[in-house]
Amino acid sequence: MAILGAINPMLTLGLNGDNAWRLADYVKRGGYAALRKILAEKMSQEQVINEVKKSVLRGRGGAGFPTGLKWSFMPRSFPGDKYVVCNSDEGEPGTFKDRDILRYNPHSVIEGMAIAAYAMSATRGYNYIHGEVWEIYTRFEEALDEARAAGLLGENLLGSGFNFDLFAHHGYGAYICGEETALLESIEGKKGQPRFKPPFPASFGLYGKPTTINNTETFGSIPFIMNLGGEHFLEAGKANNGGTKLFSISGHVNKPGNYEVPLGTPFAALLEMAGGMRGGRKLKGCIPGGSSSPVIPGDVMMSCSLDYDSISKAGSMLGSGAVIVMDETTCMVKALERLSFFYYEESCGQCTPCREGTHWLYKIVHRIENGLGRTDDLDLLDSVTMNIMGRTICALGDAASMPVQSFLKHFRDEFAYHIEHKKCLVPPDVQRAGSGFFKAMV
Amino acid sequence: MLTPDSLNRINREIAKYPGDQKQSAVMAALAIAQEEKGWLSSDAIEFVAIYLGMPPIAVYEVASFYNMYDLEPLGKYKLTVCTNLPCMLSGGVDAGEYLKHKLGIGYNETTPDGRITLKEGECMGACGDAPVMIVNNRRMCSWMNPEQIDKLLAELE
Repeated sequence: MAILGAINPMLTLGLNGDNAWRLADYVKRGGYAALRKILAEKMSQEQVINEVKKSVLRGRGGAGFPTGLKWSFMPRSFPGDKYVVCNSDEGEPGTFKDRDILRYNPHSVIEGMAIAAYAMSATRGYNYIHGEVWEIYTRFEEALDEARAAGLLGENLLGSGFNFDLFAHHGYGAYICGEETALLESIEGKKGQPRFKPPFPASFGLYGKPTTINNTETFGSIPFIMNLGGEHFLEAGKANNGGTKLFSISGHVNKPGNYEVPLGTPFAALLEMAGGMRGGRKLKGCIPGGSSSPVIPGDVMMSCSLDYDSISKAGSMLGSGAVIVMDETTCMVKALERLSFFYYEESCGQCTPCREGTHWLYKIVHRIENGLGRTDDLDLLDSVTMNIMGRTICALGDAASMPVQSFLKHFRDEFAYHIEHKKCLVPPDVQRAGSGFFKAMV
Repeated sequence: MLTPDSLNRINREIAKYPGDQKQSAVMAALAIAQEEKGWLSSDAIEFVAIYLGMPPIAVYEVASFYNMYDLEPLGKYKLTVCTNLPCMLSGGVDAGEYLKHKLGIGYNETTPDGRITLKEGECMGACGDAPVMIVNNRRMCSWMNPEQIDKLLAELE
């Protein structure tokens, strides 16, 4: 079981045994009751959207935009096709929660998408699944077959006259497709290059039709909101930060994995659930919301709680809830070098500041890491980030710049030491011991 | 060019999209073609283009944009190791080095017997299982410590 722990869980409650993902098991846990009720009572679309608004569910993919508000942007009465699309292209380094939601509770996503489609008059949906998690893609297809056979998808859902069908689409290795308009381009059979906005997908989305895109966990939360009521969901978290959330914790902890906790839970509590720091070492820094979110020094992180507002106050972002933990064996230059390589590799190449800028960021951090740094390199890095940020079509340029800016802000001395002494502040054998890989060999 | 089984699978993918949006199946069709042929030659790309009614260059754009398509022949098994930060912190880079040493090759190289091609990959969305690696784009291998790697290599005959 990969959900390693929870406090007052909703999304992962009762996920026991190998068959938890099956339709029969989901129904036993109360699954599809919300959809049945909505269809049987012919609940109005406004009522459904209002319930989601009341829950203060904020987008779980990283941006944290209020879901109910997003749904209200859809031109529901617009004649013609409309789409709901699920973003399961989970490739933000540190994030692996959607994989487990689809692995253990795929029907919660299917039900959430069907409810969303009902609320926004959409008749067709796609779930875009990260290409690297192939077993998850095939399992989701099986779950779709189960739902279709039970009359929960397709024509005339449960005899209500409402039509909605849902299909799985797989990615094949492109981080940028997690950006919603790149994802739409990708479903349309093209290179995944983001579109200029506006127009937003709600007016010009998939195949040019009105489209709403939400993250897997966002859709997966919908049935629980409808069953328990929006207010109950909100109260499970804290004001302006409704509900529980899955946190993926990775790096230097004893039990990396997924944990579901109420928003507002202290970071220290999550760290304890994850078995504490590996080898009892000291927390040096933490990336709280996936690789694109600014790094926070360890002591500051220890006093943060896990919600959008608290992390934002500490100068970072809750993002996707991917908490990357780094202890004192980490060389911050090497850590940043790897992240910078990632953004360089994954820039789609459409905008010059990002295409060229991410290359420069990597090139400079790489030469610092390899003892060839120059005294003005740190200022040069700052300058390159300033020339990328805000000058690109999508957020990848910003995402590449924020780690650089924050690593330099909080760990500048370590970068300066590297340039001056042409070596790491943290000795290589200490770094190697930190990963624990070769220890397993002895 | 492709077996009836592959064509059936491609037809199932085409049926997922509106009738006038056949090109939406291009990613799946290329993945299926690659699964059958081992890699995507110009002929395979052109075949997919004709089958879906797309210009070959549009299919080539897709094939060259996404990392998991292989445009050159490679070993029987492609082993892609994640070395991104979360994996690195738990031994992803070390696992890559260990594999290079064991196989006597570097990244983007194939063992002389044509058995294994080693690749460095980006985040696979499984950081909690670090170090992770994928065999032939399909099989994810979790918690790959030296012992697990030895076992995997013995299995990939």
